[in-house]
Amino acid sequence: MNATQPLLEITNLNIAFSSDKKLIPAVRDASLTVYPGQTVAIVGESGSGKSTTAHAIIDLLPDTGRVTSGQILFEGKDIVHAKKSDIIALRGSSIGLVPQDPMSNLNPVWKIGFQVKEALVANGVAKGKAATKRVAELLAEAGLPDAERRARQYPHEFSGGMRQRALIAIGLAARPKLLIADEPTSALDVTVQKQILDHLDTLTAELGVAVLLITHDLGLAAERADHLVVMYKGQVVESGPALEILQDPRHPYTKRLVASAPSLASQRLTSERAQVHKEAQQTAEEIAAEVAASAELGKGKKDIIVVKNLTKVFKLRGNRPGSSTDFVAVDDVSFKLKRGTTMAIVGESGSGKSTVARMVLALLGSTEGNVEFDGVDVSTLKGKEMLAFRRQVQPIFQDPFGSLDPMYSIFRTIEEPLRTHDIGTKKEREARVKELLDKVSMPSATMRRFPNELSGGQRQRVAIARALALNPEVVICDEAVSALDVLVQAQILKLLNDLQADLGLSYLFITHDLAVVRQIADDVLVMQDGKVVEAATVTEVFDSPREDYTKKLLNAIPGGRIELSK
Amino acid sequence: MTNNPPYPGQERYVRSLEESPLQEVDAVDTESPPTSIWGDAWKSLRRNPMFIVSAVLIAFIAVVVAFPGLFTSQDPTFCELSQSLEHGRSGHPFGFDKQGCDVYSRVVYGARASVAVGVLTTVFVVFIGGVIGAMAGFYGGWFDAIASRITDIFFAVPFVLAAIIVLQVIKNLSNGTQGFVQGVGSVVLALVLFGWPPIARIMRGAVLSVKNSEYVDAATAIGATRRRNLIRHVVPNAAAPVIVIATVSLGIYIVAEATLSYLGLGLPGSVMSWGNDISQAQSLIRGGRNVGVLFYPAGALGLTVLSFILLGEAVSEALDPKARKR
Repeated sequence: MNATQPLLEITNLNIAFSSDKKLIPAVRDASLTVYPGQTVAIVGESGSGKSTTAHAIIDLLPDTGRVTSGQILFEGKDIVHAKKSDIIALRGSSIGLVPQDPMSNLNPVWKIGFQVKEALVANGVAKGKAATKRVAELLAEAGLPDAERRARQYPHEFSGGMRQRALIAIGLAARPKLLIADEPTSALDVTVQKQILDHLDTLTAELGVAVLLITHDLGLAAERADHLVVMYKGQVVESGPALEILQDPRHPYTKRLVASAPSLASQRLTSERAQVHKEAQQTAEEIAAEVAASAELGKGKKDIIVVKNLTKVFKLRGNRPGSSTDFVAVDDVSFKLKRGTTMAIVGESGSGKSTVARMVLALLGSTEGNVEFDGVDVSTLKGKEMLAFRRQVQPIFQDPFGSLDPMYSIFRTIEEPLRTHDIGTKKEREARVKELLDKVSMPSATMRRFPNELSGGQRQRVAIARALALNPEVVICDEAVSALDVLVQAQILKLLNDLQADLGLSYLFITHDLAVVRQIADDVLVMQDGKVVEAATVTEVFDSPREDYTKKLLNAIPGGRIELSK
Repeated sequence: MTNNPPYPGQERYVRSLEESPLQEVDAVDTESPPTSIWGDAWKSLRRNPMFIVSAVLIAFIAVVVAFPGLFTSQDPTFCELSQSLEHGRSGHPFGFDKQGCDVYSRVVYGARASVAVGVLTTVFVVFIGGVIGAMAGFYGGWFDAIASRITDIFFAVPFVLAAIIVLQVIKNLSNGTQGFVQGVGSVVLALVLFGWPPIARIMRGAVLSVKNSEYVDAATAIGATRRRNLIRHVVPNAAAPVIVIATVSLGIYIVAEATLSYLGLGLPGSVMSWGNDISQAQSLIRGGRNVGVLFYPAGALGLTVLSFILLGEAVSEALDPKARKR
C-alpha cells in the first residue's frame, strides 16, 4: 500500500446553508485525510455536520448548501472548484456511496438488477449482456445468495439487510477507490448490522478500497476504523488513531462520548439519589416493618405484572378473497415483573416484543393467555376499573416525533391525563405540570411551546412527564431511547433510573439494544420470532448466556470487545 | 486497529476548548419565541403575496355583501325600459341592461346571493362530509364499508346533472314562487346533496393516516375514550387537507350556482345574482350594444372565484406537512 500520497485530503473546509438570506455554518474548519485502502470513521451526533462533510466530497449538498472556503483534494486534484462534468465522472467510478436508508434509496419501480446495471453502464464499466452477467457477480460478491434470481426481484421483495447489500453492490460496482458509507447499518438489526459490516470489511480489504464511514456509534467506529474523526457542532474536535482516542480521549466532548456510549458501558446505572434515599429510610423502615407486614399483605403483590401464556395471532389476507392465513406474532410468552424493578424485553424487529407491550398496555387484546396487573386480569376490566388501570400503567413510546400530538402545547400534553381523569382544579393542574416538568429537568418556560420546537430528547422528557402525571406504578418504555443520540440517550436513561429510585416505579423496557439493557434492567427476556428464547437476570445473560441466539446478539454489540484502559 | 505510527496528516489532533466550547447536553432553548403549527402557517401566509392579494379581495367582497349600500345609491330593482341597454354614464358606470336596470348596482347587490350559496354550501358540505368521513375512517368496520360505498354511489353521479334534477323537482313542488331564502336554500340543498363525497373521502383518508399515530395510542393509554380521541386528537390533525379543499371548493360552488342559474334552474329570476344576470345577458351579446351587461357580472364572478382559489392555494402551501418543520 502506497501511503505517502493521501487519497482524500480535506483542509479547513467550511460549509454553510443559506436560509432566509442568512448563511448558517454547518461545517467549520474541518480537516481530515484518508489514505488508500484505509478505513476512516467520522463520528458525531445528529447535526454535527458529519453527513454534510461526506456529501460535500461528491458534491451532493442540497441546493441551499455550499462550500464557502477550504479544499477537498481527491488524488491531489481540487474537487471543490472542479467542473460539473469532472465531478460526475468522479462519482461512482472513483468515489462510491452507500447511502443511509436502505428503505428509500432504491427505486421501487425498477428491478434490483436494473439498478445495479445502471451503475455499471453510467460509469462505462460494462454494457449489454456483459453487464447483466456482471450484475449477478456483484450481487453475489455483496453477499446475496442466489444472485441471478435476486437481480430479477423488486426492492419490496427484499428485507432491509438485503437492500443494504444491493446498495453496497451498487456502491462498489465501478470499483471506486473511495467508498463513502453514510450510516450504512443504522436502520438494521444488530445481527444483520454485524454481518453486513463484516462483509464490507473483507470486501473492501480484498479490493483495496478506502472507506469513509459515517456513524453515530463510537463503539462501531472504533471497531471498524483505523483513524477516527470526532465531529461536534460542525467542528472536528478530535482526531487520531481509533484505539488511542477511545482509551485516552482528550477533548471534553470525546470524553463525554466515550463515557456514555452504551456499547462500551458495562454495568447497571446506580442512582446516587437512590443510595441516599435508601440509607435515610433504613431505620424508619425497620420500625415500620412489623407494622406494615400485616397491612401490606392485602395492599400489593410482589409481582406487579404477571403475564401468562400470552399469544397473539394476526390474520393476514390470503391469496384468494375472503381467505386468510394466521401469523403468530407472540407465541406463549410468560413473565413476571417484580415491583420496583426493570424487566427488559430484547429482540430484533419482528420478534413480537412491541406486540407484548401493547397487550400489557391493554391497547390490543390477546388471542390466548392473559395479563394480570396486581392480581387482576386486565382483559376483564371495564369502565371505571379500566380507567383505574390506565392510571397505574403508562407508556412511553419510541418515536419522540410521533408520540406527542403536534397540535397540543407542552402544557396541554402533560395536563391531558389529569383532565381525562378529572383531577384537581385548573390551578392545581398547572402547579402539577410545573412540578412534573421540573422532575424531568425541563424549564417551566417550555410549557407554552409546541412539540415541533423541541429536540428528540426533550420531547421524550415531556413524554416521561406526561406518563408520570397520574403517579403510575408501572411505566412501559417501548424503545423509548432508540431514536436518540448517545449522549441524550444516556441522559434519559439516567433520568428514568433516578425516577425509579425516587418513585419506586416498575419498568417494562422494550428494546432491540442489548447494550442499553445492561444499563437499565434487572431482568431480561430475549425474544425471537414471537417466542421467549431466554429469560434470566441481566448478569446471567451477559456473563453466561445459555442460548445461541443470545450469544449471537451479545456478539453483535459493536465495540463490545474493545478494551478500555482504566 | 493497528499500532503503526499514524500517517502524515493523521496525527493525534485535539481542538482547543476555546475554539469549540462544550454545550450542555440537549440544552433547552428558552430564548426564541414559541410557535405552533397554526402560528407557523399564519407566519408563512402573511409573507405570501398570493395570500395578501386574495385576502384583500375576499375582505372587499365580504364588505360588498354585507353593506351593498356603501357602494351604490342606485336601486337595482329600479328599471326604466327607456334606458334599455344604454352605455355607461355618470352615476351609472356600467350602463343598463335590457330591462333598463343599472348594471353596476346589480353587480353589487348580486354578490349577496352568489356568496351566500358558496359559503352556505361549503359549511354544510364540510360538516356532512367531515362527519361521515371522520367516522368512517376512525371507526372502520361495517360503518366504513357502508359509508364508503354510499360515498362512491354519490361520487358516480355527475355533480351538475344531479343538481339539475334535484332543482327541477324542487321547482315543480314549489310552483315557481320562491323568494331569496327559498331560492338560495334549494340551490344549497342541491349542491350539498352531491357535493359532500369529495370532502368525505379526503377526511377519511386524512383520519386513516392520523389515527394510527402514537399520540393517539398514548391518549388511549391515559384513559381517553375513543370519542375524545377522535374529537381532540384525530380531527384537528386531519383538518388541514379538508380546509384547503373547502377553500378552493367555495369558488367552485359559486361557479356551480352560476351554471345552474344560467340554465334557468338555479336561483329564481326574482333573486338578483350574477348567474341570473349572465343568463339574461347571453342573448344580448350578439346585438353588441352594451357588452358590459355580460362582462361585469361575469367579471365579478370570475374575480370572486379566483380569490378563493388563490386563498386555497396559499393555505395549502402554508399547511403542507412537508414544509412543516419537524
